[in-house]
Amino acid sequence: MDSTVTTGSEENVWGGGNRPLNASYGKLMMWFFLVSDALTFSGFLASYGFSRFKFIETWPIADEVFTHVPFFHGNYPMIYVAFMTFILIMSSVTMVLAVDAGHRMKKNAVIWYMFLTIIGGAIFVGSQAWEWATFIKGDFGALETKGGRVLQFVNADTGERAAIADFAKTLPSERLDHEKKNGVWYYNETALPSFSLNEVIEGVKANSNIVIRTEQINEEGEKTVLSRSESLDKLGDAASVVEGANLIRNEYGSRLFADFFFFITGFHGFHVFSGVVINIIIFFNVILGTYERRGHYEMVEKVGLYWHFVDLVWVFVFTFFYLV
Amino acid sequence: MAHEHKLEIFRGLLKFKSNTQKIWGVLIFLTVVTAVEVVLGIIKPEILLKSSFLGMKLLNWIFIILTLVKAYYIAWDFMHLRDEKSALRRAIVWTPIFLVAYLVFILLFEADYVYNVYKDGFVTWNF
Repeated sequence: MDSTVTTGSEENVWGGGNRPLNASYGKLMMWFFLVSDALTFSGFLASYGFSRFKFIETWPIADEVFTHVPFFHGNYPMIYVAFMTFILIMSSVTMVLAVDAGHRMKKNAVIWYMFLTIIGGAIFVGSQAWEWATFIKGDFGALETKGGRVLQFVNADTGERAAIADFAKTLPSERLDHEKKNGVWYYNETALPSFSLNEVIEGVKANSNIVIRTEQINEEGEKTVLSRSESLDKLGDAASVVEGANLIRNEYGSRLFADFFFFITGFHGFHVFSGVVINIIIFFNVILGTYERRGHYEMVEKVGLYWHFVDLVWVFVFTFFYLV
Repeated sequence: MAHEHKLEIFRGLLKFKSNTQKIWGVLIFLTVVTAVEVVLGIIKPEILLKSSFLGMKLLNWIFIILTLVKAYYIAWDFMHLRDEKSALRRAIVWTPIFLVAYLVFILLFEADYVYNVYKDGFVTWNF
């Protein structure tokens, strides 16, 4: 290799120590992870879009599903989700402020901003848990047809939704439990709806004010409400009573809607949860003075990137699940 | 490592004195955008619902565009992509944009096709 002519500049290029992107190894790896994670979330949201376009005329209307605010009764579509979005953006802001304070080596400011970020994250995760609980519990209850379509009920005079608990008849009936001693196979019985199919059907028949609302979305962008006689005909298709939501069926409409809701907001909520845990670890490291001794607060910047990413994803989930 | 921040947003229309000030400025902007989205979502103006572009309601286009605007400011100012080298920024931003646009294009077209099969074909699924 003696014959190789080396000039000073080549030594600079190949000798190592170059930072063409001017970012440290850890920060680059965080970006690698975030890009791949972004693609995972995009995959979920794109498949949500697929299912929605496939059932474009019958997809549930989010405004009618997410209408609750804790401690308040009444119909407030989107208010609570908007609040959650604001909380997350706010905790993003305290995170940037923590990063900024870290650059200026202000330990106490970093501690306080990290603390506020953690609180914001905790409020968000709690809100999401509440949102899930409300979604699982359900509002009005509905019937499901043999084809897996959902029939909801409306008061004919006011046009407002009617809860099955308000009109279903109570028909005393004997229900024989399958017991362990009687069968080769035995499964515990799953939770029963509060009314049997027969009680709901009889209730509709007895109450002339109740009509059925189908999943079909009409020209005005609203769900189709059947006339009284059509409703009575439609009752014949009913196969079971649905209250609330689970992964198999839900009272809001398309089964896929609840599946995607649980999957996407669940995956996002898991990200927020792990973000909070990582933030707590970094928080204690800051208190212990780890980064003070290290001479820089780049670790705060790296978890900051992750935290903002979680916020970024929520902005998209908010749009595609609640707004569009 | 140097930590210079570019302290202007809206292409230099708005200049801030310090990084902290810029952060609060961006927060105000993001909050306003979210508020506009929520208000539009609640009142749902008739004109925006009736007109559609490329098979989607105008209102939904507005929501998606506002979301991308929000995403831009979160990535550029909170994740400080604005201060990174352009090579890093482009690698991070254009890779997902290209892949996601491709995936969304394919999936939505396919979904629309399946919708038409259900609608016009001899398939009963609503019974």
